[in-house]
Amino acid sequence: MSVVLEVRDAWKVYPGNPPVESVRGVSFTVERGELVAIVGPSGSGKTTILNMAAGLDRPTSGSIRIAGRAAHGLSDRRLSGLRAHHMGVVFQRFHLLDHLSALDNVATGLLYRAIPGGRRRAAAAEALERVGLGHRAHHRPHELSGGEQQRVAIARAVVGRPELVFADEPTGNLDTGSGAGVLALLDELNGDGTTIVVITHSEEVARAGRRHIEMRDGQIVHDSRSSG
Amino acid sequence: MTATDRPRTFPGTPATSGSDIGLSRLRAADLIPVATGGLRTRRVRVLLSMLGIAIGISAVVAVLGITRSSQADLLARLDRLGTNLLTVVNGSNLSDAEVPLPATATTTIGHTEGVEAVAPTAELAGVGVYRSDKIPPQITGGLSVRAADSSLVSTLGADMLAGTYLNEATSRYPTTVLGHTAAETLGITDLSGAPRVWLGGRWYTVIGILRPIELASEINRSALIGFPVAARDFAYNDRPSRIYVRSQTERTLEVFEVLARAANPKNPNEVAVSRPSDVLTARLEVANATTTMFVGLGAVALLVGGIGIANVMVISVLERRSEIGLRRALGAARRHVAAQFVVESFLLGTAGGVAGVLVGVTVTYGMAVHLGWQVIIPPAAMSAGLGTAMAIGVLSGIYPALRAASMPPTQALRTS
Repeated sequence: MSVVLEVRDAWKVYPGNPPVESVRGVSFTVERGELVAIVGPSGSGKTTILNMAAGLDRPTSGSIRIAGRAAHGLSDRRLSGLRAHHMGVVFQRFHLLDHLSALDNVATGLLYRAIPGGRRRAAAAEALERVGLGHRAHHRPHELSGGEQQRVAIARAVVGRPELVFADEPTGNLDTGSGAGVLALLDELNGDGTTIVVITHSEEVARAGRRHIEMRDGQIVHDSRSSG
Repeated sequence: MTATDRPRTFPGTPATSGSDIGLSRLRAADLIPVATGGLRTRRVRVLLSMLGIAIGISAVVAVLGITRSSQADLLARLDRLGTNLLTVVNGSNLSDAEVPLPATATTTIGHTEGVEAVAPTAELAGVGVYRSDKIPPQITGGLSVRAADSSLVSTLGADMLAGTYLNEATSRYPTTVLGHTAAETLGITDLSGAPRVWLGGRWYTVIGILRPIELASEINRSALIGFPVAARDFAYNDRPSRIYVRSQTERTLEVFEVLARAANPKNPNEVAVSRPSDVLTARLEVANATTTMFVGLGAVALLVGGIGIANVMVISVLERRSEIGLRRALGAARRHVAAQFVVESFLLGTAGGVAGVLVGVTVTYGMAVHLGWQVIIPPAAMSAGLGTAMAIGVLSGIYPALRAASMPPTQALRTS
């Protein structure tokens, strides 16, 4: 198994008096094909870890390697390139663009790879089929249910077949039924070989994860893989 | 739905491991739709923010167009009337009547080099013209009686509205030709029924009415009679009071200098020489001055418009934090976010500029057609207007774009 994500002694300290240590020396690795759930109460540092792992934030110290590439010391354009080419992100609040159809929203997942529009749309149509929303391609976000919107967002995250998909509380804004559907979809994508790191404080999500990392006060208190 | 044959190398994705990282790249063709996305969702605000630029540009284009059109009209009139007409008077006395020049003035002026045509006229002091003999003499209606000959028509380039001008024969008899204003004042619009006027205590038959003469308004207000009949009826003594001179155009200034001495060699400083076309020339200069002022006002409107766009863009950046965060998460580099907002602002400015040029051209066209001018819209004004609007768009977008680009993606995503 090859390692897709390697976090080594990562620290995130926000300046202040006293400084806030959001993440304190976290280390873990994610291998290709894994579905990892990061669980823990609010303020445990799991979103910070995810942001750093997704290249949206830089650690104060420590190193992060994504798909075999060190993220630290990269220029903004290269770090952005890492996100554009190797990662997909799903948010709790979907973050779809209201003025675009579902299809075009999914296609924006490839926008910053400089792929021509026609090919982006073709790939987006395929991704929408994968999440079971092929028939909703030309609907605007406000015409879709919450669960459907999150599926569109997931399609956008996986449209470029990234090596890693991060999902930050993907069911947090959904009712139980829709949430379960979204989790089933993530599970299914994982079954197809997509590596997924999902943040959650929901027990169900944690159970869906084949491996879960539990965080508290900026540190890993339990990793189901290392402890068996 | 399930993709079992999933290729690891997706278009645009580099090989899984090793090699270098693919850069974040945005195609130029995608930049426009990305930038217009924000505009399409905020149409009212877009229109309002375009308004400032549109007003400024339309003001500048219309002012330049209208000035140019009116100047073209003035220049055409100057061209038609000629700048080579000079008038010579010997000043006027306290009652504002013209003082006679020496009897020799016409001849000496006619012999002056560079003079092409000379037309002497003599205002007959104390002689009035009335519609009938029942009107009290002091009610002159501002009209005067003037002796003249056929040289006047050719020198001034005057045209007849009705009838004929004085000739050798009619100059000897109690006949008169009315200036345009004089005819109107006396209520004579045509020559049907052989109208007569009460002129200096006698009846004179009106044989002609002149069209308005632009450069000699005093002729418009006169009833003209021949020199012979003036000598017989009103003791005219061969001394003209106002002489019209047409010079060779290129020697006008030269002739201007020597006319006073030629007209009255003994007392040249009593003689006033003037060039009636100077009034039109002065109007050209006034037009230039007002243009500068209005273009200045247009520039102020543009500045305000630019600030308006910047303002709207700053608000837009704040409102679209989550979109910015999303785009960063999707792989947009800072430069792509900055470019998106600069292009958006540029498009705002350009749209305002296009609208402004259209309005400016329409206003100029309407005004020029209404006033009977030739429509002239300087292409430079249009292209400069549009160019300015584009530049303002870009400049106003820089600060908001930098703000958007420097926003940390995590912070942008948090506030939604």
